Amino acid sequence: MPTVHFTANLQRHVACPTTTVEGATVGEVLAAVFDQNPRLRGYVLDEQGAVRKHMNVFVDGQQIRDRVGLGDAVTPASEIYVIQALSGG
Amino acid sequence: MNDTLLVSTRKGLFEVRHHASGWSVDRASFIGDNVTLALTDVRDGSWYAAIDHGHFGAKLHRSEDDGASWVEVGVPEYPPKPKDEDLQADGRSIPWALQVIWALEPGGADRPGELWAGTIPGGLFRSRDRGETWELVESLWRHPERRRWFGGGADYPGIHSVLVDPRDSARVLVGVSCGGVWETTDDGETWTVRAEGMRANFMPPDQAGDPVIQDPHRVVACPVDFDRLWAQHHCGIWRSEDGARTWVEVEEAGPSTFGFAVAVHPRDPDTAYFVPGISDQRRVPVDGRMVVTRTRDGGRSFDVLRKGLPQDHAYDIVYRHALDIDQSGQRLALGSTTGNLWITEDAGDSFVNISAHLPPIYAVHFVPTRC
Repeated sequence: MPTVHFTANLQRHVACPTTTVEGATVGEVLAAVFDQNPRLRGYVLDEQGAVRKHMNVFVDGQQIRDRVGLGDAVTPASEIYVIQALSGG
Repeated sequence: MNDTLLVSTRKGLFEVRHHASGWSVDRASFIGDNVTLALTDVRDGSWYAAIDHGHFGAKLHRSEDDGASWVEVGVPEYPPKPKDEDLQADGRSIPWALQVIWALEPGGADRPGELWAGTIPGGLFRSRDRGETWELVESLWRHPERRRWFGGGADYPGIHSVLVDPRDSARVLVGVSCGGVWETTDDGETWTVRAEGMRANFMPPDQAGDPVIQDPHRVVACPVDFDRLWAQHHCGIWRSEDGARTWVEVEEAGPSTFGFAVAVHPRDPDTAYFVPGISDQRRVPVDGRMVVTRTRDGGRSFDVLRKGLPQDHAYDIVYRHALDIDQSGQRLALGSTTGNLWITEDAGDSFVNISAHLPPIYAVHFVPTRC
């Protein structure tokens, strides 16, 4: 199963340990994480389901391209990092 | 008098208390976080703090123990954006996503648990369960004229003032930058713009009087005479004596009529306070001298209050929520972008600097007591 890591800076506000969940796209993986941890969703995505403006998601070293639909593919061995963008200060 | 003041700043929420020896900063919460507003609800004793985490979005926290501990509650969330969304009048799209909680007010005394929130990008929200859940006031959001609102000092329009009529909880006024003043008398079913008489000199001359594009920076009403209102507008000061139906400009008010904040005396609608800056192009005090202006005769004349305020190279600006008056009408607090906090105990005749090194201050709020 893919593994999802969250920026340590987010841990101050909401618990989000590294986790492994099922999913074939970024959207499916994040949805599985948020099912277990609903409050985390609003810290990563806006209410339209898009990645927040100053957040970034990387899959196996590549920044995702679909920040709105979260359709980027992941494999069972993928490492996903949810991190802050420096654009946000 | 109210002895506790909540100071919302760029880097935390500070609780300032009055003691026999004077005022002191007694507690800091949310250190390092951008606290945009705080509210205390006299109906049930709850405290609220709105936080903008930047990367992680805007959040709302509530305290049941006078600020000793906080729990995160819900935030206003916009509904799914339709694919055939009506664009703004200027052809641009705005996000259907919460940017900032820019106004937070309790509902009427007869509606415990009801809260109103004004937001950027322009949505008005209501909670009926003390902030746990929120619903967009669709009637205003979908009003055709809402598409003509635009940002003033921000990318998108925002609601910064929500005024619930103490005589009738179904009557609510909201102030919008830039979008004028709007009124509902039927609990949010329908809305009417109420900015007749305001003038926007940032528009082409033939559109300066258009009520829907006015930029009131802050709107307040006297609690005991709610038809008497004051507005600090981008282009000056206006007052209304007929419940916001018409507005009259106050053309002279000491060194300048430009500013963001206004406070009205809790029992005297003729007494109001402002904190002037030079102009929208130069947002600093006139001649580097920090002053507060006060009228006690409905705007016919103004006192320029400077005792205890810096009169040399002061470049403080007081934002729209950073001036408050307590229930006695004797105490006022103002906090500046430079991190200065001043309090007056004598209705503005003299000020004391409580701290000169707080983070940039966005809002000050006296904790009210039950009358």
